[in-house]
Amino acid sequence: MKKDKLKVDPIKNGTVIDHITAGKALQVAEILNISSSETEVMVGINLFSQKMGKKDIIKIENREITQEEANSIALISPTASLIFINDYEVVKKYTVEIPQEIKRHIICPNTNCITNVEGVKTKFTLAGKSPIEVKCSYCEKKYSIEEVKFRF
Amino acid sequence: MELLDLATRIESRNIVPDMRGKLAALLFFEPSTRTHFSFDTAVKRLGGNSLTMTGTGNTSAQKGETLSDTLKTISQYADLIVMRHVVEGAARFASEILDIPVVNAGDGTNQHPSQAMLDLYSIQKTQGKLENLTVGMVGDLRLGRTVHSLAQALSDFNPKFYFASPGHLQMPRYIKDELRQKGIIFEEIQDIKPVMPELDIMYVTRIQKERFAVLEDYLKLKDSYIITKKFLKNVKSNFKMMHPLPRVNEITKEVDDTPYAYYFQQAKNGVFMRQAIITKLLKLNW
Ligand SMILES: [Zn+2]
Repeated sequence: MKKDKLKVDPIKNGTVIDHITAGKALQVAEILNISSSETEVMVGINLFSQKMGKKDIIKIENREITQEEANSIALISPTASLIFINDYEVVKKYTVEIPQEIKRHIICPNTNCITNVEGVKTKFTLAGKSPIEVKCSYCEKKYSIEEVKFRF
Repeated sequence: MELLDLATRIESRNIVPDMRGKLAALLFFEPSTRTHFSFDTAVKRLGGNSLTMTGTGNTSAQKGETLSDTLKTISQYADLIVMRHVVEGAARFASEILDIPVVNAGDGTNQHPSQAMLDLYSIQKTQGKLENLTVGMVGDLRLGRTVHSLAQALSDFNPKFYFASPGHLQMPRYIKDELRQKGIIFEEIQDIKPVMPELDIMYVTRIQKERFAVLEDYLKLKDSYIITKKFLKNVKSNFKMMHPLPRVNEITKEVDDTPYAYYFQQAKNGVFMRQAIITKLLKLNW
């Protein structure tokens, strides 16, 4: 992590989510349910990135994103990385990872799936990494990540 | 392949599993007379009892009771549930919320596992093996779930497939992707006739008129997917024709009398396979 990047709008304590796929920051914010939280949040969209050309970034004060939350971000932005800040210092960093099993968060697009008919909690497994594909554990249909909607 | 072995032993009466005093609830939320009869026969051949529910008309489902409540109630009475439902994933859901075993007798367009198993059993019985067979699948390969399950099941045994179907009723992409990933050789063809001499098994499914927007298209194609005696001139001696039934006209009646017709025995094998499935799930003594 280059210092000057953080200098722009440094946060004292909290989490920086960097290298979000350009244009996906608002969706990530939604996943993390940020809008209804009390903390200060900065969202940058279409920022210049050496690595990616364009990227989004989110900085959240006073909140440590959990591993599970982070991995649900991976569904829509597999490139995202998390940086945890404590007293302006970077204490921990990691890249998100798509989980093998995704519970609850994906809505099955199949209207004839038991999860939609009976309101059963969804369960998906990762069926492919590039492009990302998920498979419903109930109706066993496969979908690309673009085809599914999320619920967080 | 424990189930194939069990079915073989049940058919030869090498073992006689005992289901006396046990009750199977046959819940056909989506009616299917054949599958229902097959399971009911299996239960009774094992000496067990069954209770049946067909459709949703005669249950509380119409009064707005959830599927989960219906299932939980019935599971208080029965030792085993066999269910068929139009909703995909319904059986899997049932097996998660109930303490008794659940057999999936079909869920929407998704699975029909007992059919796949009885098909495997029929193939093994007629060919003496499952490995390295050349299998032709003919008809509506897009919506016929029996051919999907069978293609998947056989893919563990290094088959070679020919898929013959009208253009818009081809094997779905996800099945073909799976086969490619496993390195299975398959060819999509328009006409099955030229490859008949290569086949060990031909699996025929029904092409429904309703699947064609234009009647003329159906009439034009219809004949290439109707199997007559003429098709059977140069087939191998071990060659067998299978069909999940009911058939309409895709295999002509004259074929029934040839040694290659196997669809009625296939239906009979279904009972042995379902006996095996129930025996395994209920851990019956023999
Ligand atoms: Zn589903």
